Amino acid sequence: MKQLRVLSLPYLVWMVIFIVVPIIMVAFFAFTTSDGNFTIDNISNVGQYANIFVHSIWLALIATAICLVLSYPVAFYLSRMEKHKQGTMLMIVMLPMWMNFLLRTYAWMTLLGNNGIINYLLGLIGLGPFKLINTSGAVVLGMVYNYLPFMILPLYSVMQKIDKSVIEAARDLGCNPVKVMFRVIVPLSLPGIVSGITMVFVPAISTFIISRMLGGGSNLLIGDLIEMQFLGNAYDPHLGAAIALVLMVIILAIMTVMNQFSPDDQVLI
Amino acid sequence: MKRLGKIYMALIIFFLYVPIFVLIVFSFNESKSRSVFSGFTLEWYERLFNNSIIMSSLVNTLIIAVIASIISTILGTLAAIGINSMRKVPKSIVMNITNIPVINPEIVTGVSLMLLFVFFAARMNMEFGFVTLVIAHITFDVPYVILNIMPKFKQMDPHLFEAAQDLGCSPFTAFRKVILPEIMPGIISGFLMAFTYSLDDFVISYFTCGATSQTLPITIYSMTRRKISPEINALSTLIFVVVVVILIAKNIIENRQAKKNTVYKGGRA
Repeated sequence: MKQLRVLSLPYLVWMVIFIVVPIIMVAFFAFTTSDGNFTIDNISNVGQYANIFVHSIWLALIATAICLVLSYPVAFYLSRMEKHKQGTMLMIVMLPMWMNFLLRTYAWMTLLGNNGIINYLLGLIGLGPFKLINTSGAVVLGMVYNYLPFMILPLYSVMQKIDKSVIEAARDLGCNPVKVMFRVIVPLSLPGIVSGITMVFVPAISTFIISRMLGGGSNLLIGDLIEMQFLGNAYDPHLGAAIALVLMVIILAIMTVMNQFSPDDQVLI
Repeated sequence: MKRLGKIYMALIIFFLYVPIFVLIVFSFNESKSRSVFSGFTLEWYERLFNNSIIMSSLVNTLIIAVIASIISTILGTLAAIGINSMRKVPKSIVMNITNIPVINPEIVTGVSLMLLFVFFAARMNMEFGFVTLVIAHITFDVPYVILNIMPKFKQMDPHLFEAAQDLGCSPFTAFRKVILPEIMPGIISGFLMAFTYSLDDFVISYFTCGATSQTLPITIYSMTRRKISPEINALSTLIFVVVVVILIAKNIIENRQAKKNTVYKGGRA
């Protein structure tokens, strides 16, 4: 098989130039001034935006928690359906994800707008109008709507592998349904929970579209901050790189913690 | 309990589909209102097809997705074969780096590539546009191709390749006749994944496209930034219809294959 190794050479070159070097460049920009001198000012300047970081982490956490709570019953219900119906049902649940997420977010823009259909319908029964769009709630809603399938899929694929007889055994041995849930199904689905959380949290914390389209000016997130440094008015790629670097470290730290909850040997059953 | 599950699933599906259906309904609305349906029209569809920016960015998106997914499938297939025959340590290093674009927030991948391209643009005569877009798309596509192919090697006997050569195959014939058929399903699913990700990508394209080359998601984004244009609703409707048709076709094909397989296995047993 040795002679086959050479086949990976083109990719290895590609990987170094377009994956490794760019990441190094982010780190390099984060620690230099525009003259190319070493500095830690960029990193320390990130501290000024601590409130934006806290706000982003907070909204992403809420959205992730809501996704988990909403998805768990869905995944469980799907995994207990008759086998031949599961595929079709899964397709129905996943289908909206195939629409571009800009269009999905735009859909909520039209729904939540001050002249949108929700306020219109509420107006018909004499309520409102409420300020729905340009709020933190709208941003969280956008995150939940866009990333819900990312939570359902990993949960479903773990639960589908849980042997029915394990649940029956627990019941035979005297567990009530609540106990079956929390002592059998939840522990066995832990790997799915962990990967679902990361798959929702990472895009949620780094989004700039959802906050821009649904959050208005008052809901600046980390993603907006980075985008502004590279393509916006506040052009400063050095500060932008520093923010991106801090974001990567936060995500890496969270993922390391999450992975502690999911030892490999738990995936077995 | 069963009924409760059904009601819950219905509510989730309602939540997932209502925004899309509202978009679809209002794509036929005579006025620009987002809440009151004042009459049926196909005007927005007509305008959509006469909108040269949308049409040219659609063509652009398709061209980029085709080129990027074909190149990344070739690059990724060769890479996967090579990586598979590596020793343990280099293999895990390469796989960890390959995972970076998958795990990293899209915005970080986007800005890191942007920094690299800015560096190139300043030193060589290179401009942001079609080429940078294709490079960026290949970069985030290849990992998915590799990750789709790698598991297929686990199901394959590593000695088959050597056996084929011992029996007189040239390395190339052995590759074509032994390895390729085994990993073909992975190659196909990797290609399809790369293609759909390329079609759908906004964030990374946004940072690497420059001012001249636009993809459809970028055009959609700039449309949502401007005043209300029901053309977006018409576009969403068309994309939704295409997605539904493709997914239903996929479902039918898979069901047929599943049936064939069971018949085949049944016949054998």
